[in-house]
Amino acid sequence: MTIFAMLLMALGAAFLLVAAIGVIRLPDPLQRLHSAAKAGTMGTALMLIGAILSGTVDASAKGLLTLVFLLLTLPLGAQLMGRATYISGTALKGIKDDPLDQLLDRTQDPGTR
Amino acid sequence: MSLFLSILSVVLAIALCLAGWRMVRGPSVADRFIALDMLTAVAVGFAAITAVATGRGAFLDIGLGIALINFVATAAFAVFLERKRKSE
Repeated sequence: MTIFAMLLMALGAAFLLVAAIGVIRLPDPLQRLHSAAKAGTMGTALMLIGAILSGTVDASAKGLLTLVFLLLTLPLGAQLMGRATYISGTALKGIKDDPLDQLLDRTQDPGTR
Repeated sequence: MSLFLSILSVVLAIALCLAGWRMVRGPSVADRFIALDMLTAVAVGFAAITAVATGRGAFLDIGLGIALINFVATAAFAVFLERKRKSE
């Protein structure tokens, strides 16, 4: 296992840890989604690249397929989740004027959310 | 190298606990599904670590399967959440 692969895997784990801390610490669901989607994608991608380059696994094609699939679907899923979260009328913290106000029919009363 | 992989596993386990805590506590349904998203990302990371530790490429297939299930679950849940709010 090369130093480079170890570095990539360590960086990926660090990104995943930061993403999880963001999921705990950030105040509203959309910000938590932001943390989980971006840092989470980066972390998983780095860990997979590290595993491919490690030289101990003889399945770089499968690893690349997983990587491409993750890079395609994680942002797509995050976009769908963000839209659904917004429409379900979640509380927006730290936003004064809402640019999407008239564009999507948002539930005004969150209720049980 | 084994020590290195163990340290990585511990770091990922901490991330798993944090995301799991958000899933248990999460005030809204959306929070819980965001935490699920995070949990699957960590699970793919674990699959990569296991693949390196055992030298078996099949664990990368497990990562692919987890990612696939995660995408379908996220898409289905997003549609469910939108419909649920519209019908009320």
